[in-house]
Amino acid sequence: MNQLNQQPVVSASYGSAGYKWPMRLFFVVLLAVVIFFPFFEKSPSHQNFVILVLMAAQLGVAWNIIGGYAGQISLGQVAFYGLGAYTSTLLFTKFGINPWFAIPIGGLLAACISLAVGWSCFCLKGHYFAMATIAVAEIIQIVFTNWDFAGGAVGLNLPMEGGWKFLIFADKEPYYYLALGLLLLTLGVNYAIEKSYFGYYLRAIKDEPDAAQSLGVNLSLYKQIAFAISSFFTALGGSLYAHKELYIDPGSVLHTGLSIKMALVSILGGVGTLSGPVIGAAVLTFIEEGTRMLFGGSGKGTDLVIYAALIVVIAVYYPAGVVGWIRGYLSRRTAIRQMQLEGRSA
Amino acid sequence: MTSEIIIQTLASGLLIGLIYALIAIGLTLIFGVMDIVNFSHGEFLMLGMYSSFWLYAIYHLDPIYTLPLTAVLLFGVGAMVYRVVIKKIIDAPMLAQIFTTFGLMILFRGLAQFLWKPDFRTVGNSVVSGTVSLSGIQIGLPQLTAGVGAILVTLGIYLFLTKTRTGAALEATAADKEAARLMGIDSQRMFTLAWGVGAACAGVAGGLLSTFFPIFPEIGANFILTAFVVVNLGGFGSVVGALLAGILVGVIEVMGGFFLGPQYKMGIVLCLFLAVLMFRPQGLMGKV
Repeated sequence: MNQLNQQPVVSASYGSAGYKWPMRLFFVVLLAVVIFFPFFEKSPSHQNFVILVLMAAQLGVAWNIIGGYAGQISLGQVAFYGLGAYTSTLLFTKFGINPWFAIPIGGLLAACISLAVGWSCFCLKGHYFAMATIAVAEIIQIVFTNWDFAGGAVGLNLPMEGGWKFLIFADKEPYYYLALGLLLLTLGVNYAIEKSYFGYYLRAIKDEPDAAQSLGVNLSLYKQIAFAISSFFTALGGSLYAHKELYIDPGSVLHTGLSIKMALVSILGGVGTLSGPVIGAAVLTFIEEGTRMLFGGSGKGTDLVIYAALIVVIAVYYPAGVVGWIRGYLSRRTAIRQMQLEGRSA
Repeated sequence: MTSEIIIQTLASGLLIGLIYALIAIGLTLIFGVMDIVNFSHGEFLMLGMYSSFWLYAIYHLDPIYTLPLTAVLLFGVGAMVYRVVIKKIIDAPMLAQIFTTFGLMILFRGLAQFLWKPDFRTVGNSVVSGTVSLSGIQIGLPQLTAGVGAILVTLGIYLFLTKTRTGAALEATAADKEAARLMGIDSQRMFTLAWGVGAACAGVAGGLLSTFFPIFPEIGANFILTAFVVVNLGGFGSVVGALLAGILVGVIEVMGGFFLGPQYKMGIVLCLFLAVLMFRPQGLMGKV
């Protein structure tokens, strides 16, 4: 029995190989359900719930590139989210630049700033890097709160009318497909990273930085690239939020809690896995909205207590997340089956 | 006239800096002994403030007299947090550790809001109120008491760590866990002690603050980032470093707020933090 328990730890990533095709089928069906969801579910609140899941998932996937694959725990990604939201909104409302151009510009600006942050912070290890990124995010929040041109503490409004030309809509459905499209794009980039040499470099940097360096992997270069890609997509997520809500202020797009949420989504689902953040986003949004619906509204913070207690329980007992737990379960089953085939009894 | 204002500002920076130092010593003790950054440290401060407030509101005991009780209560809270939660994640990945203490932070805030409502509360007429005048500078008596109290507690912690056997055992565990265990030091006991003393430091700081600061569930957020800055500046694990860094941060914060405007106070402190991380990551007194 003891051997059985040890098995999954070693072969966690290969254990589910026997279940590859059922898994793929499941994902295809899931994708089809998500694509056709707005056709059979017209309730705006239900659609909004799925939009929230998709947006949280996209941010989680983006965080996972730097935090999960490269293992650099950034707790300040909200800085890039806010930069994206503010840049595209300012360019659109103050300079009249079309959002189709303004949003990628916001993403590129965030990526550039992430290079500056990375250049100065990547020499820091572990806790120090995490705290430095919190400090960067707080500084950016202070700047935007006191910057009158950017609306200061009051925030910025986007115009109400638009259509596809300005990416502003009256109903939820277009946002649903925008969020889904952005998530699929981010997932696609993440998949490409995972399958490329770059992905292997990142995992080497995470697990054995010294060994990777001695084999000639340029640590800071690859960390920088991962950070820039992650920040670019985080900024696009910020712009999407601005266009969906039509209003941004430092409290909504530069709030430290949001940085934590981006990381939490990945942890909940499974750090350093492709599907982890998506699963984590579904679970976390369900918990958040569920506790808010059941216990919120009393103003007593019951929803907060339950939410926090769940975070602690998950961090303490399931640090590998949902995907890690499923993989562990599947590889245990595979191991049992193999043993039975070999005629041994467990 | 101007020089008087600057001296006045310096004095108030010094006094708040002593409080920062006391909070940071608790944090640095926990980090030094077991390499876990406690994001919920500000919430120990918040609980200390509420403990002072309720003893005052229900039993009409002054926060200054109830400091020892607050310290004992918070020692219990810290030790319990270690025994119930932290003990399970000593060997967990850093990410799990960060999120555990982060979750605890939200949990404590939520509990405080649930039990005691999100209202601002204040201690009305403490024995320390009004101002004293020292050769032309006006200093609030609550602030002065808090500063002096913080120095005394810091001194106490320092003596405890350097002069007692238990303190030496704690330092030994911080230096090398395995070697300390081979010398017969029970590391579980030391970890519990570090969390207890760490929480008690924050609690006492909260009690000292409660005579002149509003008390509400989110108050910890105002201090936690500053405490991190102080701990980094002083060097993780160093008590003397934390004291010096606390005073430095307090003075820089107040002077920066005076010259640039109070809304940039936190920004200046955070820039200082980043500069220290970049150019002297081991801090003022830290070992490499």
